[in-house]
Amino acid sequence: MPDSATIDVSGMTCAACSARVERALKRAPGVTDAHVNLVTAQAMVGFDPAATSPDQLAAVVRATGYGAEVPLPDRTAEEELDQRDSARAREETELRRKALMSLAAAVLTMLFSMPLAHGAGPGALVDPAVRLMQPLSHALESVAPWLYRLPGDALRWLLLLLTVPVVFWAGRHFYTRAWAAFRHRSADMNTLIAVGTGAAFLFSLATTVAPGWFRSRAVPPDVYYEAVVWIIALILLGNFFEARAKGRTSGAIRRLMGLKPATARVRRNGQDRDLPIAQVVAGDEILIRPGERIPVDGTVLEGTTAVDESMLTGEPLPVTRGPGDSVIGATVNGTGAIRMRAARVGRDTVLSRIIALVREAQGSRAPVQQLADRVSAVFVPVVISIAIAAAVLWFDLGPDPRGLHALVSAVTVLIIACPCAMGLAVPTAVMVGTGRGAELGVLIKGGAALQRAGEATVVVLDKTGTITEGRPAVTAVVPSSEFRVPSATSFELGTRNSELAILRAAASLEVLSEHPIAAAIVRAARERGIDPPAATGFAALPGHGVTGMVDGVSVAVGNPRLLEPLGIPAATDLVDRAAGLEEGGATVAWVVIGGSVAGLIGVADPVRPSSAGAVQSLRAMGLEVVMLTGDRPRAAERVGREIGVDRVVAELLPEAKLAEVRRLQAEGQVVAMAGDGLNDAPALAQSDVGIAMGTGTDVAMESGQITLMRGDLRGVRDAIALSRSTMRVIRQNLFWALIYNVIGIPVAAGALYPILGLRLSPAMAAAAMAFSSVSVVSNSLRLRKAVSKE
Amino acid sequence: MDATQLLVTLAGVAAIAWVNWYFFVAGRGAPAAIATAPTGPQEVPIVVDGGYAPASVAVQSGRPVRLLFDRRDNGSCTEEVVLPEFGIRRFLPTGKVTAVEFTPRRKGTFAFTCGMGMIRGKLIVR
Repeated sequence: MPDSATIDVSGMTCAACSARVERALKRAPGVTDAHVNLVTAQAMVGFDPAATSPDQLAAVVRATGYGAEVPLPDRTAEEELDQRDSARAREETELRRKALMSLAAAVLTMLFSMPLAHGAGPGALVDPAVRLMQPLSHALESVAPWLYRLPGDALRWLLLLLTVPVVFWAGRHFYTRAWAAFRHRSADMNTLIAVGTGAAFLFSLATTVAPGWFRSRAVPPDVYYEAVVWIIALILLGNFFEARAKGRTSGAIRRLMGLKPATARVRRNGQDRDLPIAQVVAGDEILIRPGERIPVDGTVLEGTTAVDESMLTGEPLPVTRGPGDSVIGATVNGTGAIRMRAARVGRDTVLSRIIALVREAQGSRAPVQQLADRVSAVFVPVVISIAIAAAVLWFDLGPDPRGLHALVSAVTVLIIACPCAMGLAVPTAVMVGTGRGAELGVLIKGGAALQRAGEATVVVLDKTGTITEGRPAVTAVVPSSEFRVPSATSFELGTRNSELAILRAAASLEVLSEHPIAAAIVRAARERGIDPPAATGFAALPGHGVTGMVDGVSVAVGNPRLLEPLGIPAATDLVDRAAGLEEGGATVAWVVIGGSVAGLIGVADPVRPSSAGAVQSLRAMGLEVVMLTGDRPRAAERVGREIGVDRVVAELLPEAKLAEVRRLQAEGQVVAMAGDGLNDAPALAQSDVGIAMGTGTDVAMESGQITLMRGDLRGVRDAIALSRSTMRVIRQNLFWALIYNVIGIPVAAGALYPILGLRLSPAMAAAAMAFSSVSVVSNSLRLRKAVSKE
Repeated sequence: MDATQLLVTLAGVAAIAWVNWYFFVAGRGAPAAIATAPTGPQEVPIVVDGGYAPASVAVQSGRPVRLLFDRRDNGSCTEEVVLPEFGIRRFLPTGKVTAVEFTPRRKGTFAFTCGMGMIRGKLIVR
């Protein structure tokens, strides 16, 4: 199987160099194909991995006299974020410096322009900014009357002097980037700014150098240096705020990455050593002291503790973890020291998978963005066309001096148009929304899932594992009225309490059995502090139950059919209780101790304590809540009433669940379905938004469009609430971005002039433009606090 | 309408026509760069400098693709490249070549764009 590698080659200056490197590579053993690109400074080599390696190939290149490096195959998420952050920090510092310098220059140009406006330029009458400045101008005149005695030509040269550093230093990148884009037949924000300020600057330069030429043609030699400097200053300021706000949109993923501990205390060769996290391998035994972060995913070997998992699952209460329990890397150990066995490390940990998933989601696109995309793609050329049209109209129909009005209105149109707000509207909201989701333990696959979940009208809940815990638990222990704890031997020492004695005896047998109900009984015993003694003479009677000796007393646990062959009559007072428990959906285990019925144990899949509250809030959000289950109707109805769903559909096979989802969709409903993905996978896939319920480490993150880290219904509520908030922000952003341009551009072109005599100055347009893109990002950032954690 | 006005009007109309031709029409027929690696991933170097060169890339479906984005400019507009259909949003550091890898399974024409969707390239999967 041939492989291929890319090698970074440095020092090549001409085609002869690249040809030389290529020849050397092609002659090297094991190389099947080599191509050296001078432009990218890279060699792409096909080779036989059995004969050579990328490192050896780099050595071949070095032997030809050029530098060679094998690049890392892909950057890790962290590296990428670091690069992004440092680029952002550099950009911020630079923008801040440039913006401050330009603002200082802008204030000065304003002062020096006042005496010029005094002579009433063309904008003076219609420009509200100039009108506002008039009192200031009078004040300035009384403070510095000499300024007003300077000749206009001298003032213009002074203004030019102030403008040159702003245009050629602070604003330089607008022009270079606009030019680069232009060569690729594309146009962006830089194009608009460059053309707008460039036109104003060049015109002003002409009037400064040759005022006489303009005067002779009855055109006042006005200058627009003030506008140029203000535009650049305000846009730089806006870009600075925008860069700062954009940096915050990736805050959630940065926090997730910060959860990864740097080292782990690993036992190797009988010694505990602190190792960098990258060196921990699956199977390692790791010691975690109180208060430390659990380094990787694994299983507790020894010790019991409370673990704070809130950072991953959103579950605020610490959870108890003891031997055999799974723990997740990045969660925080409470007060107990534990020893664990590493199961998943590196890229396979839950944390790494969450980060990968969130990153992918943030790269995805919401369908709602199509509109913005369509507008963005044509935006700049269309705006340039409008600017030209406005200039022509002012020249043909406007008041004198027509040329100046034409210029000012074209510049104002170019400057007020803001493609950035449009481009930022959806991605920033998706970014912050999915990041916030990760903090809440709600992993949203992407923009499409976000949008669909926000539109959901019906929530379909699978009962088992969604509304209920999904694993049976002991719900009742009922001793017979005739039962007495055998006073013989150590049985009595175990406990005198008859309920506990029944549980202890049953657990002693069931610890050897593998039935899910057996596991529930053993767990219930342990939770009550009972350590079940090992039974002797254990025997399983398939379809009936189990028997054995516990502390010298014969014990049997099973269903009523077990009693008959043993010749034991069912205790009459228990028959009704058993029927009642079964009615409620429980399975009943009869416990026989010392040859007579001691009592019974009810085992059921309990409803999660949080389910009722979550269903209530889903309904309060205007959603219809439907429960689907394979259970018998009466038991299902009872659960349905308990948690308050709108509708219960019982006795459904998995295919019937699928049909029910289809039926709802046919009614025109948008169906969000939550399930554990076990027996409801087809229905989950059919629904518009599949919400997979995770349970700690066994998160089937890939199965749903939304995955809940905390497997309870509050997550469903959070997911839908967050999606709705995000969609609301997206719609606000898009509306604002569209309406801003739809109103701003005509006003800038002078649409209000014939009616109100009002028009905007280029500097005001620049302020509006800077504000509009900052406001979109800020609006998205509000989602950082969306949906409160409880 | 005097002669100057007529002249200005005509010049304006011509300018508008030229702008729309230059940005929308003229670039359309540009040929796609074709990845030609016979084995391994299909590599295509793309220079990012205020735009994508080449702006149109053709690859075969079903084989891994490695787009090598060589970012030369430092404007924030091009700092990210997005391939929405492939769930990729990648930051491109200035002065470095960033590899974006994926395997197209479907034939068709897909977009690769900057973070805001203003600067666009075309990925043709055959």
